[in-house]
Amino acid sequence: MDIQNDLLSTDIEAYLRQHEHKSLLRFITCGSVDDGKSTLIGRLLYDSRMIFEDQLAALEADSIKMGTQGKGIDFALLVDGLAAEREQGITIDVAYRFFATEKRKFIVADTPGHEQYTRNMVTGASTADLAVILIDARRGVLTQTRRHSYLASLVGIRNIVLAINKMDLVNYSQDVFNRIVGDYMNFASGLSLDNIVPIPLSALAGDNITEKSGNMPWYMGQPLLAHLETVETKTADRAAAFRMPVQWVNRPSPDFRGFSGLIASGSVKPGDIVRVMPSGRESRVSRVFLDGDLPFAVAGQSVTISLADEIDCSRGDILTGMDDPVEVSDQFEVTLVWMNEAAMLPGRSYLLKLGAKTVVASVTALKHKVNVNTLEQIASKQLAMNEIGLCNLSLSQPIAFDPYEKNRHTGGFILIDRFTNETVAAGTIHFALRRAQNIHWQAIEIDRAARAAQKDQRAFVLWFTGLSGAGKSTIANIVERRLYEMAKHSTLLDGDNVRHRLNRDLGFTDGDRVENIRRVGEVARLMTDAGLIVLTSFISPFRSERQMVRELLPDGEFLEVFIDTPLALAEERDPKGLYKKARRGEIKNFTGISSPYEAPETPEIHIDTTALTSEQAADQIIAVLEQRGLLRGAAI
Amino acid sequence: MADLRTLFRSSGKRQREIAEAVGRSEGAVSQWVSGDREIPADMVLKVEEFTGIPRHHLRPDLWETTVPNAAHDAALTAPDLTHLQRLEAESIHIMREVAAEAEKPVMLYSVGKDSAVMLHLAMKAFAPGKPPFPLLHVNTTWKFQEMIAFRDQRVKELGLDLHEWINQDGVARGINPFDHGGAYTDIMKTEALKAALDHFGFDVAFGGARRDEEKSRAKERIFSFRAPGHRWDPKSQRPELWNLYNTRKNKGETIRVFPLSNWTELDIWQYIYKESIPIVPLYYAAPRPVVEYNGMTVMVDDARMRIPEGQTPVTKSIRFRTLGCYPLTGAVESAADTLPEIIQEMLLTTTSERQGRAIDKDSAGSMEKKKQEGYF
Repeated sequence: MDIQNDLLSTDIEAYLRQHEHKSLLRFITCGSVDDGKSTLIGRLLYDSRMIFEDQLAALEADSIKMGTQGKGIDFALLVDGLAAEREQGITIDVAYRFFATEKRKFIVADTPGHEQYTRNMVTGASTADLAVILIDARRGVLTQTRRHSYLASLVGIRNIVLAINKMDLVNYSQDVFNRIVGDYMNFASGLSLDNIVPIPLSALAGDNITEKSGNMPWYMGQPLLAHLETVETKTADRAAAFRMPVQWVNRPSPDFRGFSGLIASGSVKPGDIVRVMPSGRESRVSRVFLDGDLPFAVAGQSVTISLADEIDCSRGDILTGMDDPVEVSDQFEVTLVWMNEAAMLPGRSYLLKLGAKTVVASVTALKHKVNVNTLEQIASKQLAMNEIGLCNLSLSQPIAFDPYEKNRHTGGFILIDRFTNETVAAGTIHFALRRAQNIHWQAIEIDRAARAAQKDQRAFVLWFTGLSGAGKSTIANIVERRLYEMAKHSTLLDGDNVRHRLNRDLGFTDGDRVENIRRVGEVARLMTDAGLIVLTSFISPFRSERQMVRELLPDGEFLEVFIDTPLALAEERDPKGLYKKARRGEIKNFTGISSPYEAPETPEIHIDTTALTSEQAADQIIAVLEQRGLLRGAAI
Repeated sequence: MADLRTLFRSSGKRQREIAEAVGRSEGAVSQWVSGDREIPADMVLKVEEFTGIPRHHLRPDLWETTVPNAAHDAALTAPDLTHLQRLEAESIHIMREVAAEAEKPVMLYSVGKDSAVMLHLAMKAFAPGKPPFPLLHVNTTWKFQEMIAFRDQRVKELGLDLHEWINQDGVARGINPFDHGGAYTDIMKTEALKAALDHFGFDVAFGGARRDEEKSRAKERIFSFRAPGHRWDPKSQRPELWNLYNTRKNKGETIRVFPLSNWTELDIWQYIYKESIPIVPLYYAAPRPVVEYNGMTVMVDDARMRIPEGQTPVTKSIRFRTLGCYPLTGAVESAADTLPEIIQEMLLTTTSERQGRAIDKDSAGSMEKKKQEGYF
């Protein structure tokens, strides 16, 4: 520190040169509540003199006000930035802090310990090179220690510092230290962590933080800061194959067309042959550009690349080298960390964002979830918030990717809820379940249009949705009778009937409801392929699944018919006596009573059953069909 | 590797056209395409030029797939990226994500050093084109005159669009930093900003805030969502993983994006120095007229300054570490008139940057409260 200060006051230019060439280490601190994470960071900032006088004065005043450390300084107040955090004495969200030593610059993400804020911990971990996992020497390895270690390994952090804190409270005992290290290593052998370095310390007392502690002469290793300054990290690998996800096509004028992105791995220079994935087209790099031409660029740089040929390349594509091109697939085995209050349901569709590409995805199978304490695999039908599961994922179109182990930026993805727009999961790709080029659609000579034309009609789906007892089946039956009278060929899929046969293996949990609708949607689509008009009568309570079926069909061939009956009225009618049973608690997960109904926001047809009889409702539906030209002859 | 016939077919050129272009007979070209004859070595580059088929496909025996040469070795042996190069790459990546996904983005330009760096990065991100968004300056009408002159010159030099927004209602009501304290900032800055974003319908706004400035900023995501009315809810921020930003908004939501989140004050100065980025001269020490006001050294920038009784402006060599409204911005006495000297002074100093701003002084949570109300 002092040498640095000398240079600073005597030769500022030399100081700046030295500072400019420092490397960067990003790390997280994690551990259980009261293990002393915030105190440790406060101590690092304090000891590396990153706390300014005015902040120190405010800190002293706040410390006395809170009174947690008597008259001493409470370093935690320095990092717990939100009012709620200071009041409750816990860390809710990641805080980023910055400090530098002579050798390195550091960005520390202080991550929360509480299980309910796991998603915030993963946020911090996803950009880190190293994790400092704190353990209270008095308490040893806890559930949270295990969870955080597992999450760190999951997001690809290979370097772990096992900081056994509060050694001053166990008389600096080597036995205690050794026992905790032994416990931890037993657990960690099941994780892919390469470099685990245990350090005994006291953040509060300053033992083994910046200098070796005289209280623990038995410890032969480096103090924490010295380790952080020297540990080698595998940052973006420039020796690996070239990868650049295309973020932005830069076309300021007719003479310039460039593809902008952040190089995920490898290096690139003019003259290199590159391939645009997933299309596989090839071209030669003519320029590598930022605000001027560059002789080459390496992993970690944001650049713009021009190609020699006018080939098709757009946002979401990946430029790759020829040696080791990315894979392309639409089916993967992945690990998901679920981060949303609404549980993950297999079959529901979400948006997947990987690199600059966004596609529709759904979980086709939840193989198992993982008990983060024991790493035990547990069978489950859904993933709740903060749970981790191994899943199969199916995408609406093939994408270019790498396994996460190979590259964080081309193998890590997020899932987004299509209605709330929230980020619901973080995922990592293990491998493709099949290569996209192996899928061939069976070519069919007689197509859906031909089949409908033979019947002199247009095929479409009339999807009736509404509460149980709303009148869906009654009205659908009348509509089908009218169609029959017009010599239209149709079929009617009814909830009760389908559940007796095709879907008799399904119950009424949210997960089973999703699968129920997925199957019915696929059947309806096949029937329209056969040229039929399909009427379906299902409660279909979730918007996501109705949207999923809508997307299975060509535009304009899915008509949502909302049979809108207030709950009180449906319950009063109760034709099957189901509401009474549900109210008595004899039926679980009953829509409207113990399970939600998400009403359509913009249905094609909205039937208000308080104002219309069933016959009038059918008239209105037929009128809309005529108006839309769906009851005319064949389209050809 | 695809076969030559397919490559020729997909090049869209007819054999006759190729023959004409390279000066050989159509029969010869047909033999090349069928693979009966190799393309003569001296024809390869001509054929490549005309058809766009890379040379290593035309004659794989002559041209290797990857050409190992000095530049690749240079890439491997070049020193690791410095932290400034990494920060630059991250900021540019963020700006391009916004440009690609936002409907109507805007860059908040406050004329200070952080804005100068942000603007410089935006010029780099979209070069040789211009940034695909305008700038917005919320002018409280109490900014230093030199800031406004610098702003206008900079925008003109770079050929950018700038919207200036003044809360005219506040001006009409005579709202000023002397009489109205906290309400002044609220009305002329926060309310004005919200009104400007609503008026133009900007859905995403870049801001130059850094996480090292203040405790609640240290907690904020790079993509920070604001509910209708521009409210920030620090307790329910979206997870933000790797460099994947979820930019999907609900109705009425807007996003504040902070591309400089991970920069420190020293990084900003060092980058300005390294890249020779122009900044407002007020950052350099010069003799300027000052008075003591509200416990700060304040520059008498125009006749509206209320000079405390018993004082007359004195000329001192001063500079500013941060720029805002002149009556609310404290100067430091200094002789530093070059960038290295400024950086040296900053590093040896013992007070943090925001101390020069009256806004943060109220209480420990004051910035968090202001942010919840929609302040940047």
